[in-house]
Amino acid sequence: MIRDGLWGLLVEFEDPRRLVAACARVRDAGYRRWDAHTPFPIHGMDEAMGLRGTRLPWIILGGGVTGLGAALLMIWWMNAVDYPFVIAGKPLFGLPAAVPVAFELTVLLSAFAAFFGMWLSNGLPRLHHPLFGSERFRRATSDRFFIVIEAADPQFDRARTRTLLESLGGTVVEEVTDEAED
Amino acid sequence: MNEQTTATLGAARIDLGDLGPRLFRGGLVVGFAALAAAVALGWRDGDQLRHFSFSWLVSFAFFLSISLGALVFLPIQYVTRSSWSVVVRRLAEVIAMALPFLAILALPVLLNLGRVYDWASPQPRLLTPDLAAHKAPFLDPTFFVVRWVFYFAVWTWLALFYWRTSRRQDRTRDAALTRRLVNRSGAAILIFALTCSLAGMDLLMTLDPAWFSTIFGVYYWAGGFVAFSAVLTLITVGLQRSGRLVGIVTAEHFHDYGKLMFAFTFFWAYLAFSQYMLYWYSNIPEETAWYLVRQQSGWQRLGLLLVVGAFLLPFAGLISRFAKRSRPLLVFWAVWIIVLQWFNLYWVAMPVFSPDHVPLGPVDLSCFLAVGGFWIASVSRLAAADRLVPVGDPRLQDSLSFENA
Repeated sequence: MIRDGLWGLLVEFEDPRRLVAACARVRDAGYRRWDAHTPFPIHGMDEAMGLRGTRLPWIILGGGVTGLGAALLMIWWMNAVDYPFVIAGKPLFGLPAAVPVAFELTVLLSAFAAFFGMWLSNGLPRLHHPLFGSERFRRATSDRFFIVIEAADPQFDRARTRTLLESLGGTVVEEVTDEAED
Repeated sequence: MNEQTTATLGAARIDLGDLGPRLFRGGLVVGFAALAAAVALGWRDGDQLRHFSFSWLVSFAFFLSISLGALVFLPIQYVTRSSWSVVVRRLAEVIAMALPFLAILALPVLLNLGRVYDWASPQPRLLTPDLAAHKAPFLDPTFFVVRWVFYFAVWTWLALFYWRTSRRQDRTRDAALTRRLVNRSGAAILIFALTCSLAGMDLLMTLDPAWFSTIFGVYYWAGGFVAFSAVLTLITVGLQRSGRLVGIVTAEHFHDYGKLMFAFTFFWAYLAFSQYMLYWYSNIPEETAWYLVRQQSGWQRLGLLLVVGAFLLPFAGLISRFAKRSRPLLVFWAVWIIVLQWFNLYWVAMPVFSPDHVPLGPVDLSCFLAVGGFWIASVSRLAAADRLVPVGDPRLQDSLSFENA
C-alpha cells in the first residue's frame, strides 16, 4: 500500500465542538478517505463532514419487495399449483390468507437487508483495523474525539496533511501504521 | 429559561392574537350556515331526517376521534418523557379541550337515538326477539345516554387536567408540575383506552346491533389518531404561514409529524385487516353479514378506495425521509388522510342507513362543514386564551433544538 507502512494520520480533540469545526475544514480541503470517531453521536456531524445520504433505504426497499414477491409466489405455487387442496371452501389462492405470511416475509427480508446492507457498506465483518494499533485511539469510546485521514487518500501528503491536522486545534497528531504490512 | 430559549421565543410570535376571534367567528358562521343547509337538504329528502342524522353521526364521530387522538397524545408524551413534542403540545392540549364542546354536538344524536340506532327504534329490524332480549340491558336508551355523560365527564376531566396544569406551569415554571403530569399519565392512558374503545363501539358498532368485533374500539381510535396527526400538521403549517411559531417548529418537528402519520396509517390498516381476515377465514354468517353489506351495491368501491387511498398510497407517499421533511408533501398527505379517514367512518356507518346504494351527497358535505366549523370555532376560542407554546416546560429548550439523529 504505502511506503513504511503508514496507514494514516490521527488527530485528537478534547471537545466535540472543536471536532465539528475541524471536520468542516478537512471537508473543505477536499479529502475523501477520512473519518471522524466519537464516543457518542454528534448533531451536525453529517453536514460538517459533507456526508451524502445513505443508499441503505434503497437496499431495504429491494429486500422488502423481494420478500413480498417471494411470499406471494411461494403461497400461490404451493397452494394453487403444486398441491391444490380445498380447505373450508376457500379459494385455492385467497389473498387475505396470504397477507400475514407476505407481510412477515416483507418485514424479515427488509430487516436482513438493513442489517447486512449496513455491514456491507461499512466493510464489515473484519477482524482487525489499523486504528486499533493506536493506544491513544482507545479513548474514542469514552472521552476523546478523533479525525483520521487515510494515506490512501489521493490528496494525502505526509507533510502537508500533517500541517493541516496540526492547524485544526487538536491536542496531538499521531501517525498510524498498518502493522500487518510490516 | 436560559438566554438561548428567551431569544428564540422573543423572536417569534407565539400568540393567536387577532386570528383567534376571526377563526372563531368564521367557524361559527360556517357551522350555522352548514347546519341550516344540512337540515334543509335533509328535510327535502322526506326521510324524517334519517340521512341527516346518520351523516351528522359520521362527522361528529370523526371530529370526536380527532380530539380523542389529542387527548391520548398528551399522556403518551409525558410517559415517554418526549422532548420533541413540547413546542406543539399546547396545540394538542387545545384540541383535546374541544371535547366538552363536542358534547353539545352530540345532542342531535343523543336526543334522537331512535332515528339512528335500530335497537332504540320502536320496531327493531336488525335483531331477532331473543337476541334483542339478550342485549337489552346494555343497549338501553337511558343507559346509553348515561354512558355518554360519563364518557364526556371523564374526557373533560382529563383534558382540563393537562390544559390547566400546563398553563399553570407557564406562570410558575415549576418542574414539579411536569413530574406530577408524568406520574399520572400512565393511569390516564388506561382510563382513556377503556372509555375511548367503549365509546367507539357504542357510537358506531351498535348501529348494527347483531354484529360484534372486539377490535372495533381500537380501530376507531387508530383512524382518529391518524386524522389527529394530520390535523396537527395542518394547524402548525397554517400558524406558520400566518407568521406564528416561525423558528420554533422546525423541519425536525415536521419530520416527526410525518412519522406519526406514516406509522398510524399502517397501524390503522393493520387493525382493519386483522378484523377482516378473521371474519373472512372463519366465515360465520353473523360475523360476515357486516362485510357482506359493505361488499355490494357500490359500497365495495368505497371499500377498495379505502384500501388503496387510506393505506397503500399514503404508506408509499410517506415512507421516505424526504417526504416527511417536505412541508408541501406533508400538507398534501395530511389533507388526503383527513378526507379518507372521514370516508372510512362513512363506510362504517352509512351502509346501515342505505344498504342498497352509496347516498353520498350535499347533506354529507354540509354535516362535515357544520361539525367542522363548530369544532374550529371552539378550538380557536380555546387557543386564543393563552400562548401557543408551553413556555414554562423544563424541556422546552430540548424541544427547540431538537434534531432527528
